[in-house]
Amino acid sequence: MSDKNSLEKLRKEKTLWEETKLRKILEKHPERFEKFYTNSNIEVEPVYTELNVQDLDYLNDLGFPGEYPYTRGVQPNMYRGKLWTMRQYAGFGTAEESNQRYKFLLSQGQSGLSVAFDLPTQIGYDSDHPLSRGEVGKVGVAIDSLKDMEILFDGIPLDKVSTSMTINAPASVLLSMYIAVAEKQGVAPDKLSGTIQNDILKEYVARGTYIFPPSPSMRLITNIFEFCSKNMPKWNTISISGYHIREAGATAVQEVAFTLADGIAYVEAAINAGLSVDEFAPRLSFFFNAHNDLLEEVAKFRAARRLWAKIMKERFYAKDPRSMMLRFHTQTGGSTLTAQQPDNNIIRVTIQALAAVLGGTQSLHTNSRDEALALPSEDSVRIALRTQQIIAYESGVTETVDPLAGSYYIEYLTNTIEQKAREYIDKIDKLGGAVKAIEKGFMQQEIQDSAYRYQMEIESGRRIVVGVNKFQIEEEPPKGLLKVDPEVGRTQEIKLKELKSSRDNLAVREALKELHSQAKTDANLMPVILKCVKCYCTLGEICDTLRKVFGEYKASITI
Amino acid sequence: MDTIEAVLNGNKRSIAKLITLIEEKSHDAKEILKKIYTHTGKARIIGITGAPGSGKSSLVDKLAKILRSKNKKIGIIAVDPTSPFTGGAILGDRIRMQDLALDEGVFIRSMGTRGALGGLSKACYDAAKVLDASGMDYILIETVGVGQSEIDIAKLADIVLLVMVPGMGDDVQAIKAGIMEIGDIFVINKSDKDGADRLVTEIETALGLCFEKKELKPPVIKTIATEGYGIEELVETIDVLWEYLTKKDYLKIKRTNRIRQEIIGLLTESVLNNIMTTYSEKIEFLVEKAVKRQIDPYSAAEIIIKEKSL
Amino acid sequence: MEDTKKIRVLIAKPGLDGHDRGAKVIARALRDSGMEVIYTGLRQTPEQIVETAIQEDVNVIGLSILSGAHNFLLPKVIQLLKEKNAEDILVISGGVIPEEDILGLKEAGIAEVFTPGTPTSEIIDFIKTHVK
Repeated sequence: MSDKNSLEKLRKEKTLWEETKLRKILEKHPERFEKFYTNSNIEVEPVYTELNVQDLDYLNDLGFPGEYPYTRGVQPNMYRGKLWTMRQYAGFGTAEESNQRYKFLLSQGQSGLSVAFDLPTQIGYDSDHPLSRGEVGKVGVAIDSLKDMEILFDGIPLDKVSTSMTINAPASVLLSMYIAVAEKQGVAPDKLSGTIQNDILKEYVARGTYIFPPSPSMRLITNIFEFCSKNMPKWNTISISGYHIREAGATAVQEVAFTLADGIAYVEAAINAGLSVDEFAPRLSFFFNAHNDLLEEVAKFRAARRLWAKIMKERFYAKDPRSMMLRFHTQTGGSTLTAQQPDNNIIRVTIQALAAVLGGTQSLHTNSRDEALALPSEDSVRIALRTQQIIAYESGVTETVDPLAGSYYIEYLTNTIEQKAREYIDKIDKLGGAVKAIEKGFMQQEIQDSAYRYQMEIESGRRIVVGVNKFQIEEEPPKGLLKVDPEVGRTQEIKLKELKSSRDNLAVREALKELHSQAKTDANLMPVILKCVKCYCTLGEICDTLRKVFGEYKASITI
Repeated sequence: MDTIEAVLNGNKRSIAKLITLIEEKSHDAKEILKKIYTHTGKARIIGITGAPGSGKSSLVDKLAKILRSKNKKIGIIAVDPTSPFTGGAILGDRIRMQDLALDEGVFIRSMGTRGALGGLSKACYDAAKVLDASGMDYILIETVGVGQSEIDIAKLADIVLLVMVPGMGDDVQAIKAGIMEIGDIFVINKSDKDGADRLVTEIETALGLCFEKKELKPPVIKTIATEGYGIEELVETIDVLWEYLTKKDYLKIKRTNRIRQEIIGLLTESVLNNIMTTYSEKIEFLVEKAVKRQIDPYSAAEIIIKEKSL
Repeated sequence: MEDTKKIRVLIAKPGLDGHDRGAKVIARALRDSGMEVIYTGLRQTPEQIVETAIQEDVNVIGLSILSGAHNFLLPKVIQLLKEKNAEDILVISGGVIPEEDILGLKEAGIAEVFTPGTPTSEIIDFIKTHVK
């Protein structure tokens, strides 16, 4: 950026400063720690200057917003045009209760829906399955069949809202249900906008709600890519997720590296299935976490954007600029919330949400203060949403694009995170790609090492968590936590019984038979799953049929 | 004694408690082991060894399931290394076998190597005896194949399955390490990976060299344990080999050697213990002298031996 | 290390949630404090947990659960242990468990409930004091 002479002068001045001013103060007052690190263990110097980013080339490395390599953002004017989508993840109990919560959120100014499913639904079990005992409706809404889905979106016009669904292993089934509900509302698939998470690889790595082994799972995913590229042009077919990887203990670098490595695996799978890259890549979306280290997080988002753009252009020869744009949803970090002094979590969430906005997120979920204790209450959800609204309307950070660009520290961190993430991706390539690396437990092991180190740092006091290992107080147990009605399980079981006695069981049997035989071929399974859903096969019946053909995934231990 | 009867009847709690006593080297355990010994010798002891990540646990899981379908009772011992620094261990092989947890005819026990310096502990031998006496038809012992434990499993088991995976450099490693001799059956797991056939050929060639003079060359079986592929064939191969080993008296020779080794081992331990306690001061004195180069270690040992035999 | 008595702990995740970060951090910390940890991972039913605990003859069962199904699954484990005459096994648990549920779980027989933020050293100490 600058010429050699002025850099040389700067270097000399900096050395002088270090040896006089800085040393003098250090002799008098030693620093709090011998060395300083970001939240993700990148060493931090006392001050950053142009010397730290001397190779930075504005046009090549940053560029203008909306232009390759998209470091500064995917749209030319970012939030000056349209704010991010405020999308609170919600769902619990029965479809009726969740439907009420969605209507509440929409009435409070939320701009998109985000559906949380309960664990049996996520793992493809009906509510009456033995493993579902105690789980029905707990962490999300219970969906057993199209009947529940009809209730869930009752009175919500699906051509007007965009809906994000956190569903992975059985994503094809839930997407089919959504299409079927829309059809009943008179909305065609090509009018639907939203996202399914559909990211199985991070389930093996970090989140644990998998069903089938990697290879049939990857097939289901590419089936969806293909189906949507033809029928649902506005639908995000996958949300490649670093969120859960980070929650499992990964560092910011690992979050970027492993997420993009998974992304590479999906792109390769789709290309191998015969799709051309620009056919599906514009509909890929990402999902990241936002933790407390504000500046590191901002740099992380920028680094991820730049790295993905380069990968798509240089590795996959994408031509469509949209294929190179990393668009992402952000959720604030659940694992950073503390059960102690839960109101402190409001401040944590604020910092994290600010990081996401300064990092150029396309949509945002802010966690509620009570989520280390239970599902969020309505009051807590409102504060969380208000946090976003205050950042959007009062903080001023939205008025210009990528306001932290050019900060020596931010650009240094952006470079460092990109470089370290690239090193990981190279290593994963050497192991044979993300799927192989996961089967070998490589990512899992790296994440667990980070998680363990983090925990030990807290226990040694090197890392302070306010209210947990410092500034503790005696506390009364919190009040007003949300309780899920324990009867939900029973209600769902009754509904299932009624459904099974009222539907056309012959059609159900036929449809499942067809699914079974098609699963054995290499046909695209979306049409037949849609058929099953429409004649009210249950989620469990569909997934069991596929289990018979595909088998089930068993995790290996990595500790 | 109640415990003895309960163990012989296959009571799982009693079996489990007895194995704990064995691991703690309790005197009671020794007394019980003496009493149940006449009931041992019926089970077929199969050792499964191979490098970390070769899929041993999945293989054991699938083997057990097939054997269960033939109504055989299965005891499984899964051995993992104990940390030499902390003495702790993570025993995680079971994770792949949890489908079997509720099967009445299966007993699974995870064991750390504890003091055995990378090999199999004496406790593992004795735990196998307990499972044998409790009426198990097969005892599957899974060990990580690193160094000493492979040698140990060859001594303990009637049949050893050496598990290898294509593309892990296993073939070269095994041939280099000279462990080809310990495998009675070679299992090429994850055989859908590239290079499976090449690995089979390489092993067969290497075996051809090792076993030139023997009449039965160890069979090489391809499996994909996670999908259950090749497991039926593996079980059949084990049975055929078993017939052969019995008919040819090879099994008897193997077991005789094992029992001889065990008795010699116990003798060594007990004589050594005896010397160590009786002559501890004298030994220390000689050590000091040897450190100062006033006596050599050979002569030092001879002095103790002489005193002992006086 | 001499082969004296070793504390054996079963770490399992009952229920369907896949958040095993805490379980694995604990497993590792217990190992580093010299215990033998049997780790059985995700989606374990109460029946599997109890049978495993018996066959492995553990002193302690540590259950990590974040799915909200604790009020059903944890008492079930205790009940099965009683049926098998194995109630001498210490059962502890951790995860997202609201304060108001903790009393009930303790009454049901859970020895201690460790909520988020508990140092692993506290859990290690608890185990060492309570295992005879």
